[in-house]
Amino acid sequence: MALVLEQVLNGVQLGVMLFLLAAGLTLIFGIMGVINLAHGSLYMVGAYAAAFVAQATGSFLLAIPAGLAAAALVGMAIEYGVVRHLYARDHLDQVLATFGLILFFNQLVVLLFGRQPMFVQIPPALAGAVDLGFFSYPVYRLCIIAVGLATAGALFWLIQRTRLGMLVRAGATHRDMVQALGVDIRLLYTVVFGLGALLAGLAGLMAGPLLSVQVGMGEQILILTFVVVVIGGLGSVTGAFAGALLVGVVDTSLRAFLPGLLRGLMTGSEADALAGGVSAMGVYLLMAIVLLVRPKGLFPAHG
Amino acid sequence: MSVIKKAACGLAAGVSILCLGGAAAAQEPLKIGMVTTLSGPGGYLGQDIRDAFNLAVEMGGGKLGGTPVQVLVEDDALKPGQGKQIADKFMKTDKVKLLTGIVFSNVALAVVPDVLDNDGIYVSPNAGPSTLAGKECHRNYFVVSWQNDSLHESAGQNANNLGFKKAFILAPNYQAGKDALEGFKRMFKGEIVGEVFTRLDQTDFAAEMAQIRNAKPDVVFQFHPGGAGIAFLRQYQQAGLIESVPMVVPSPSMDAVTLKAVGAPALGLNVSAQWNSDFDNPASKEFVEAFTKKYNRPITYYASQGYDTALAIGAALKATGGKVDNAEAFRTAMLKADFKSVRGNFKFGRNQHPIQDWYSMRVEKDDAGNPVIRTKAKILSDVGDSYAKDCKL
Repeated sequence: MALVLEQVLNGVQLGVMLFLLAAGLTLIFGIMGVINLAHGSLYMVGAYAAAFVAQATGSFLLAIPAGLAAAALVGMAIEYGVVRHLYARDHLDQVLATFGLILFFNQLVVLLFGRQPMFVQIPPALAGAVDLGFFSYPVYRLCIIAVGLATAGALFWLIQRTRLGMLVRAGATHRDMVQALGVDIRLLYTVVFGLGALLAGLAGLMAGPLLSVQVGMGEQILILTFVVVVIGGLGSVTGAFAGALLVGVVDTSLRAFLPGLLRGLMTGSEADALAGGVSAMGVYLLMAIVLLVRPKGLFPAHG
Repeated sequence: MSVIKKAACGLAAGVSILCLGGAAAAQEPLKIGMVTTLSGPGGYLGQDIRDAFNLAVEMGGGKLGGTPVQVLVEDDALKPGQGKQIADKFMKTDKVKLLTGIVFSNVALAVVPDVLDNDGIYVSPNAGPSTLAGKECHRNYFVVSWQNDSLHESAGQNANNLGFKKAFILAPNYQAGKDALEGFKRMFKGEIVGEVFTRLDQTDFAAEMAQIRNAKPDVVFQFHPGGAGIAFLRQYQQAGLIESVPMVVPSPSMDAVTLKAVGAPALGLNVSAQWNSDFDNPASKEFVEAFTKKYNRPITYYASQGYDTALAIGAALKATGGKVDNAEAFRTAMLKADFKSVRGNFKFGRNQHPIQDWYSMRVEKDDAGNPVIRTKAKILSDVGDSYAKDCKL
């Protein structure tokens, strides 16, 4: 039982990380219609900026704004410099350009920081594990869950209750009308892109002490993020949240429990090999099933 | 040769060697194609192999075994398809006959058969997948590093020597990962209480940590090369497991770079390897000194393998007078392994994989309090691999 609960928490933790990335990706797609493959690079930028500042100053508190600011600024620069010119173009052109950005950022990071992974210490206050009754769980991972959920809450408030959110929602469904009403749509686009980048940077800087900060770390998680966005419904933040938690929990549970289940049915090593294979496919199967039942995802943004 | 052609050659002398025949062609450096992983989390592995290989060339004054060489390097980005394209390009466009460099077994499995089918020669500085070591062994395929399983067999033996009885074992779900778990199980005499295949691109191991804690092993064996290994160790520490369950790892899970990133939590880790930077033989000392002087960064096993590969190729080139056209002559020369390996004892077995010694190491504090990998004892002497017997060469 304790093991199940612990794995569910692990799943939720992966889920909120995916949500932070997927929210930006889905907003950018929903509002601007741009498929931004370089979103993973923004995650990497956030992680590297935070790692660099943490190493230089020894303070994780300073690393947080550094990671956020770097990701948001780079994101807005990308929008201004590259993506802005692609709104009217085909998705294929967008994919090509943003894929080029991935290569660019990866190489830039190699030039600046080298190929060897960077190391960020968990802030001492958050190190260690806390006893939750049945089992103990790393404090830092609990913090990630808390920050992720808080961010999700803030994002819903922003989108549902504020003027900016109203424009974002209107922009997603009635782009031409928003423009006709005199809203500076270009500025809105830059702000939304920056917001998406900020969220990716937040995910990146929180991942730093957990994973290794390394070149190409964004692409590893980007594919899962796309799965989340597709499951949730393109352009829907609610969908991204539901999809992220679903993918996080399903992925973790398959990895955790499938080998044990299969071992009851066949010999050890065969079960492990099969379980490894099936759990790697798991989220993609989930995506296929969701798309079969609801071709537009769980919470489609455009009716 | 006509007068005009002579004149043309005169003009081109020093610039072009294309229109000069026979004897002068020997001046053209021998091209060696290096397909390796330079980008992504595994990028530092290929970087070390490349840099150490180039170091050996540089120490020979641009020559290997007296033959001028030109090393062409391309990044496979850990993608088998990309590796194959690069190898194709090297062989067709650049007319390269001798290839090396591949870090990861999945790339090797895509590239090596292709190279061999096209009458190329491949010398591996790292990947040594089991599928190419037994029945599928090939006259033109040499592995200087190790057969994949040997790394893990040595770790299994190390675990026996240290008196562990219940092991939980993990490796990524690809050929080298499967070889890892097989290799460990072949040697380990205790009980396996859990066996997990992780994903090759996985960096979050929270689910696995919970499984380990639940299985209550007295030792964990894990094989995660590159960045994943760093993430694994740190999460192992964060999960509070490092105090309660010791770890036995093969060298790819704890190299000098991983150690630098992980730091103090790695103290007490048991490593097994065929080489370590503290080896007390002249070849190793010379290598360590030269590498440190040139690159000034931690030296990994990968670097030593890249260096040895260059030396092995150099020794063969010396014997064939710099020619690789006659694959059989090159093979005879190569198999003599007439070079001073940084590992000390080294020879090729019948499947053209190494027969060498394995050592146990432990992560300890040096005099300044920094964690270092210290060589402790010899675990195995003069061992080849368990696939050699199936090789009909």
